[in-house]
Amino acid sequence: MSSFRVSGRGRVDHTQPIQFTFDGKKIKGFKGDTVASALLANGIHLMGRSFKYHRPRGAVTAGSEEPNALVGTRRGPGRFEPNTRATVQEIWDGLQVNSQNRYPSLSFDIGAINDKAYMLFSAGFYYKTFMWPKSFWDKVYEPFIRAAAGLGVSPTEPDPDHYASRYLHTDVLIIGAGPAGLAAALSAARAGSRVTLVDENPEAGGSLLSEPSAQIEDMPAWDWVGKTVAELKELGVKLMTRTTAIGYYHQNMVGLCEKLTDHLASPDGETPRERMWRVRAKQVVLAQGALEKPLVFDGNDRPGVMLAGSAQTYLNRYGVRVGDKAVILTSHDSAWYAAFDLADAGTTIAAIVDTRAEPNADLVAEATKRGIRIMAGHTVTGTEGRLRVKSVRVNPVTGSSVGAPEVIGCDCLLMSGGWTPSLHLFSHTKGTLAWDEERQTFLPDHKAEECEIAGAGRGLWGIEAVLNDGAAMGAAAVKSLGKDIAPASYTVANDRPGTGVSHKELPTDLDAGKARAFVDYQNDVTAKDLRLAVREGMRSIEHVKRYTTNGMATDQGKMSNINGLNIASDALGVPQPKVGLTTFRPPYTPTTFGAFCGYHKGSHFEVTRKTPIDSWAEENGAAYEPVSLWRRAWYFPKDGEDMHAAVDRECRATRASVGIFDASTLGKIEVVGPDAVEFMNRMYTNPWTKLAPGRARYGLLLGDDGFIRDDGVIGRLADDRFHVTTTTGGAARVLNMMEDYLQTEWPDLDVWLTSTTEQWATIALNGPNARKVLEPFVEGQDMSDEAFPHMSVSECRVGGFPARLFRISFTGEVGFEVNVPAHAGRALWEMLYEAGKKYDICPYGTETMHVLRAEKGYIIVGQDTDGTVTPHDAGLSWAIGKMKPDFVGKRGLARPDLVAEGRKQLIGLLTEDGKTKLEEGAQIVLDPNQPKPMKMVGHVTSSYHSDAAGRPIAMALLEDGFNRMGETIYIPMPDRVIKAQVTGTVFYDPEGARLKL
Amino acid sequence: MLLIHCPYCNQTLPEAEFTYAGEAHIARPADPSSVSDEEWRDFLFIRTNVKGPHYERWRHFHGCGRYFNAVRDTVSDRFLITYKTDDPRPELSKLLEKSK
Repeated sequence: MSSFRVSGRGRVDHTQPIQFTFDGKKIKGFKGDTVASALLANGIHLMGRSFKYHRPRGAVTAGSEEPNALVGTRRGPGRFEPNTRATVQEIWDGLQVNSQNRYPSLSFDIGAINDKAYMLFSAGFYYKTFMWPKSFWDKVYEPFIRAAAGLGVSPTEPDPDHYASRYLHTDVLIIGAGPAGLAAALSAARAGSRVTLVDENPEAGGSLLSEPSAQIEDMPAWDWVGKTVAELKELGVKLMTRTTAIGYYHQNMVGLCEKLTDHLASPDGETPRERMWRVRAKQVVLAQGALEKPLVFDGNDRPGVMLAGSAQTYLNRYGVRVGDKAVILTSHDSAWYAAFDLADAGTTIAAIVDTRAEPNADLVAEATKRGIRIMAGHTVTGTEGRLRVKSVRVNPVTGSSVGAPEVIGCDCLLMSGGWTPSLHLFSHTKGTLAWDEERQTFLPDHKAEECEIAGAGRGLWGIEAVLNDGAAMGAAAVKSLGKDIAPASYTVANDRPGTGVSHKELPTDLDAGKARAFVDYQNDVTAKDLRLAVREGMRSIEHVKRYTTNGMATDQGKMSNINGLNIASDALGVPQPKVGLTTFRPPYTPTTFGAFCGYHKGSHFEVTRKTPIDSWAEENGAAYEPVSLWRRAWYFPKDGEDMHAAVDRECRATRASVGIFDASTLGKIEVVGPDAVEFMNRMYTNPWTKLAPGRARYGLLLGDDGFIRDDGVIGRLADDRFHVTTTTGGAARVLNMMEDYLQTEWPDLDVWLTSTTEQWATIALNGPNARKVLEPFVEGQDMSDEAFPHMSVSECRVGGFPARLFRISFTGEVGFEVNVPAHAGRALWEMLYEAGKKYDICPYGTETMHVLRAEKGYIIVGQDTDGTVTPHDAGLSWAIGKMKPDFVGKRGLARPDLVAEGRKQLIGLLTEDGKTKLEEGAQIVLDPNQPKPMKMVGHVTSSYHSDAAGRPIAMALLEDGFNRMGETIYIPMPDRVIKAQVTGTVFYDPEGARLKL
Repeated sequence: MLLIHCPYCNQTLPEAEFTYAGEAHIARPADPSSVSDEEWRDFLFIRTNVKGPHYERWRHFHGCGRYFNAVRDTVSDRFLITYKTDDPRPELSKLLEKSK
């Protein structure tokens, strides 16, 4: 093992070596290592290239906020994930890790030329550089940007993993299992509440895992963590590790993403890769701690430049020294302790550079005791080293003047600009933040949800303060649940409290315009970019953010937001709270699509509704089309027929003899009650009072605006009972509308509405021989023309099943629709099909249904209408009960716009050449030679080849169409202009002679 | 996901069971033929579109099926009250006092 691994140190298992690969090279680590800690143990800091400038980058953190060390991980075939944070991914034997965003190799990358041309890529470069010439956009700029920018590559194979989702209800959800979260959980659980404690790390402990020397209640910190976790489990607390709270939603609903298998060498195949939890908590305690801020200076992104707290974590938690010779650069006391720990572990601390003129005397004494050089009131103005920092340029600062530099050799630079409370989840709730002048950061202010914020998340520092706050907040959470508990009081020895100051970019003696001082590492945004944005007129922080892309990378500015704010505030000359903070949005960390999808993929993406006869259609080779959630038989191809040939044959067979069609998807609503007829009179345009039981009528439904909403045939079964049919897609909508009027406008009406769509299977028989096929099966209804004329309905038996039999037609032929209980649908279909064989019965699908109805000019609501079509526009004025005092839409029909001349009206179109089929949706113009943009006067709504007419037919909505009969209009297409003649909409049997037996 | 109290079921249930149904207390005129074009236009289309407490309708679609009324703050997405369709329109000042 390398000299960077400290024997026996950390929480990794030194007895369990693990081997994985990085860019194909074998790397050794220990169980418990992350990719980053194992690489650092091998002296490897260079882990990736940056987004825009392709600058060499290393891990700057040890946690999920990592902006730089993004890698691709492969966990076997199909299991590739880009942009995995090396600081989070646990290693296992055989894991394949690859660096990203480099070509041909990580140490030599051609894209790094961008870095030399950085002047081109300044703030807003997208808006400036790639403006003109316009023709360059498609061919030059976009391909260039796509190739050069971006992070990892998307996986190309389908994801073989499965993902789960669960709901959870809990009294108290505690987010973060560091000292504050553990203490809060103890309070809440001891008070007898149901507690859920989650943490994104593989184990509980949080910052305590990096502070082994602290003594809590006279116990080493790690022992205290172990004892506490054991007690929490004893108390029934649900402790979830590797679980990230990604979003905090209304009424204390929190989304958790639990990672279950990414850390395993051989998952069992049963366990889902990730599980999304939707948690509803009575109380939430946010104990997410704080994130360390970088300092902003030239070259602060070089591999080897790292946050001091993270270096401390690598040492104490992973047993890894991040370098042999470190320079510390800090404006906060915390980095001094990192220096002490590293010095004690054998790393040479070349200097502690503190921007403050007078650091804490105790710290100075401690450093002096270790022989560490202290450079107070100094700053760093640059770093050197191509793939790893090798020296640091340090200058004294007196007031505003920066003195002469001294170059100090090192192999790592550990920085700390202080700590930012992690308030992302709090911000999701629209909780407000208040600027804390002393701490130079935002702290939680007004709470929008039932939650408490504990510990470093509200600006506290030091383990003792945080533990006691956690205990108090846990008690406060359960108090609002009616449980009283006195919070435990903790004493901590070897605590490391501290303070610090906050900075904009650090001062320099060099040309600040040339400094590559990064604020947002992941999006390559520098301090200069932010200042440029302000100079170019961006005033709002939201504009600065979008112009520079600061904080817009996948880390959402976890490290860059406050530094960016400090610089923008300085450039604007406005104090930070006046500049404000940009909005944090879920998810807290990048989350896989798989976790969001859960079970809803493939055939589970949405339900497929199937009719009782669907299985017959499938066995008989139907092609399907989706109609809302239904899958419907589209046509039944025979012997290699294409759709056109199949539909022509089905149309011909139906008109010549008999066709059979599955109409079960039609919406059906039972309208029952003493006031049923009054209700029908008010809902539908048509008059219903005089419709006798046993008769049926075409019903038209409008909105109160006067536009067509739905239609369907309605049978009156008894004085107080109607069988209403709706369009396939409109069933739920129509019932909803009926319920709305019944419940809220006419609660006086005594009517019940019941959806019966799925109770009935509906078989339509159409054609001159339809009655001959059907009649032998009918019991209890005389099928003669006199006894059962067109537009009749009867409750009888068909094929031995109770049935509602309609004589209606959507084809222009003699037609029947038989409704039988759904379970009997397929049996009756097969009986009728067998019996029909001697008449060459032809099963047909929705396409033939469409053609046959179009030949007769019957409309399809939603195809020939679009929510702006009145009954008059559609040629359906006859369906309006003009004598009725009111119905839904009656007043609407009298609106000025609806009675105006020249509205778009539904007409027929015949193309002049008799061969060309128009495209549905094609636009119509009156003069094809007018200059562009042409005035469009309508569009084609339905268009088919008609076997009966022997030519293509179409319907269209055309301005003033009824007055244009016989006129020629034009349909411009990309390759030509089509001429067509305006006609009526009935293309076949205009007298309706074929409806008679 | 919101939790919504259905005043008919007297239960607080997930938003997924409910559908939104527009602004509340817009009664359809008893005799539409007697209202002017402007009044009918207002009935059909003109809504308050408030920022803040909003009187609106919901339907317990996947439950009892009843329409009911609610006052919801459109800024915070918080329900101040839900009530039955035939209950009187609650006074806003009292609701705001209660929610404090």
